[in-house]
Amino acid sequence: MNALARLTGTETKLFLREPIGVIFALVLPPALLIILGLIPAFREVKPELDGLRVIDVYTPIVIALGIATLALTNLPQQLATYRERGILRRMRTTPVTPATLLGAQLLMSMMVSLVTMAVLLAIARFAFAVPLPDAPFAFFLAFVLSAAAMFSVGLLVAALAPGASSASAMGLVLFFAMLFFAGLWISRNAMHDVLRTISDFTPLGAGVQSLHDAAAGNWPSLLHILVVLGWTIVAGGLAARLFRWE
Amino acid sequence: MAIIEVDGLTKRYGEHTTVNGVTFSVDRGEIFGIMGPNGAGKTTTVECIAGLRRRDAGTVRVGGVDPERDGAALRKLLGAQLQESELPDRIRVGEAMRLYSSFYGNPVDWRELLRALGLAEKTKTQFRRLSGGQKQRLSVALALVGDPRVVVLDELTTGLDPQARRGVWELVERIRDRGVTVLLVTHFMEEAERLCDRLTVIDRGRVVATDTPAALIESAGAMQTIRFRPSAPLDPGALEALPEVTAIERAGEQFVVIGSGNVIAPVTALLSSLGVEARELRVEGTTLEDAYVRLTGQSAGRTGDGS
Repeated sequence: MNALARLTGTETKLFLREPIGVIFALVLPPALLIILGLIPAFREVKPELDGLRVIDVYTPIVIALGIATLALTNLPQQLATYRERGILRRMRTTPVTPATLLGAQLLMSMMVSLVTMAVLLAIARFAFAVPLPDAPFAFFLAFVLSAAAMFSVGLLVAALAPGASSASAMGLVLFFAMLFFAGLWISRNAMHDVLRTISDFTPLGAGVQSLHDAAAGNWPSLLHILVVLGWTIVAGGLAARLFRWE
Repeated sequence: MAIIEVDGLTKRYGEHTTVNGVTFSVDRGEIFGIMGPNGAGKTTTVECIAGLRRRDAGTVRVGGVDPERDGAALRKLLGAQLQESELPDRIRVGEAMRLYSSFYGNPVDWRELLRALGLAEKTKTQFRRLSGGQKQRLSVALALVGDPRVVVLDELTTGLDPQARRGVWELVERIRDRGVTVLLVTHFMEEAERLCDRLTVIDRGRVVATDTPAALIESAGAMQTIRFRPSAPLDPGALEALPEVTAIERAGEQFVVIGSGNVIAPVTALLSSLGVEARELRVEGTTLEDAYVRLTGQSAGRTGDGS
């Protein structure tokens, strides 16, 4: 088996063996969705939400939360710990390349977040009658692009942070900032124009809007696609350039 | 024929020159030791050889490859077990072996390697559950799985108990028997004396001597002390007549003969020609530690766990 596939598989197994990571990435987002869905008022149609319910609006936001958890709490800390403990130093003496190493982390995170998304969509659909996305392919594309942008930011945090604890701290600050602009506390349509414009240019703000558009059966706007692609290229490129084994 | 050639290797960190013109060469199939006090530049030297550090001056070649210019080629022919390198806590031994095998084009059979290292029973054990010795052996197994021609072992037995240490020594000899050249960094005299075909002593970034352990001991002005109880009455004068003997003491029935260099050979030859058997024979030579202390001008820990 080639190095990328083997490394991705091994990292996935290691991820699943770490209870904390599994709880945060796979258990917490569905739990949050269920709690929101159990509030009766959130299941009532709201005229100010264009005839949608709060739970309909929150489904993509909780999906974004799932991405953010992996991208900003799991990924940077994982890589920074690997560096701190010399796990990367060990690998550095082998023919494995940084691209393979980072690629495996990205693939693993992408797979786990796809599972989380599928679980969330299923819960939303069957427990709270949230319709499945009207444009499934656009939805999938929006998801993958948003996740790639967020994972790139996570890798950049890992590259910039001197150690595991600072990687956690930086990741956590970004986690809350990103989720704020994604509309976790004030949904995007309730945001002031200036705030929403800022949100448009953050990876998770653009990501949530793209998911929302695709759920309603529309293609995401070009701006939002460009924003997530831009974050992926800039943050990912910097992360690769600044990558350190030790 | 040299497989590692290091010539004038120099590495500076700011004002401080950690490695200063280090030169030595390692022959194919040797166990070659690098010894020296803490902070002498041993690890920096092997890190330059293993392609982990950029040198400031000098040349390094491993199997004809410059580690700095062609890292990809180097990593195919050199395996390394370095200090401060670990594995993820929850990875199983078998998973680690499979993973590292996937990094190489022609890996050896990792199951056979684990058997040879006495880890066959541990295939399903997580890294964090291994003892210190088992971790070290796994680390060696990972360094060997790519079928390298050279393996670097840095402070392999530091932190191991004496029994585990002996187990690892046998392992190093078996690696050499497979035809792999071993570059061994150590500060244990006993380890260097037992394992190394040749070794270089580095002090404050410079090579102070490179030779076989025996030659290094001899160069330190070797004296040997022989103690024995003769099986029959023995004339001390016959022993004193030997040119290698410098002094004789008697303590009851026991003879203590002190001599230079390899005094044991003429003494035993004389005794056998006289038909006298040397009972309770003990020979105390100048140790590598004596030589080392002279070369580096400081006392070295024989069993210290220095880092």
